[in-house]
Amino acid sequence: MERIPILRMGQFLLVTIQVDMHDRLAVQLQDDLTEKISECSSRGVLIDISTLEIVDSFIGRMLANIAAMARVLDAETVVVGMQPAVAITLVELGMSLSGVRTALNVETGMELLYELRGDFNSEMGG
Amino acid sequence: MKSAKQETVPIATSSDVVMARQKVRQWAIEMKFTLVDQTKLVTAASELARNALEHGKGGHMVIEQVENSVKNGLKLVFEDRGPGISDVDAALRDGFTTGGGMGLGLGGSKRLVNDFQIESEPGKGTRVTVVRWK
Ligand SMILES: Nc1ncnc2c1ncn2[C@@H]1O[C@H](COP(=O)(O)OP(=O)(O)OP(=O)(O)O)[C@@H](O)[C@H]1O
Ligand SMILES: [Mg+2]
Repeated sequence: MERIPILRMGQFLLVTIQVDMHDRLAVQLQDDLTEKISECSSRGVLIDISTLEIVDSFIGRMLANIAAMARVLDAETVVVGMQPAVAITLVELGMSLSGVRTALNVETGMELLYELRGDFNSEMGG
Repeated sequence: MKSAKQETVPIATSSDVVMARQKVRQWAIEMKFTLVDQTKLVTAASELARNALEHGKGGHMVIEQVENSVKNGLKLVFEDRGPGISDVDAALRDGFTTGGGMGLGLGGSKRLVNDFQIESEPGKGTRVTVVRWK
């Protein structure tokens, strides 16, 4: 089955969504991420949606669910790279995505994760 | 409203919902909608196609280029033969859902287009017609 790859970067996980996901793929990603957070004892998840051309209520709910589940597993989630047109549309759709932290790009997202959860005493390999 | 051309897209699987999004994007680009307008149209289409699939047991979408005396528009018609909606006003309210959703699809897609119309007969199905003008 088709899957979205999850990259491990030390204490964090990195996901880059590069396809127009059908709903089952989005649900699969949610499950895979939850499993991976617990397996790797990750402290944070960075989700890059810069290539996503829309975020509808389903994808929005997926992002909110991931953030909520990560929180239960003691990890922070940062969503990065949302295109301005997508953000405008999302607000008009009525989705606030409250509870999901966002950043402009991967770099600032990583900085935010380090600020929130980074353990500078442990090594990157973690 | 005079119609220039049209295309029908089946909605029977979640991959068809992806296809519906891509078709609407193609048409919106071809008609030179702005990026924000394209995004609104595609997002509304995604919500309504998913509703036709999840609540209406599948159906189809018809894409049509329309024009009135002053402007062009893209018209999308979503049709299914599902259970219908018994209380359309309630269904349109943000937060109303009979499934596990957020209840944003109908009310939200209405805000993303210029014209929005629901025809539904309990037991027979639902037809949602939307137009976004340029
Ligand atoms: N095509 C349809 N056929 C039958 N019922 C429908 C149809 N579309 C919407 N409904 C009804 O209207 C309700 C509201 O729809 P809406 O799209 O706003 O929310 P949802 O699909 O439940 O959740 P969301 O779209 O936020 O994931 C649905 O829960 C369903 O009961
Ligand atoms: Mg819906």
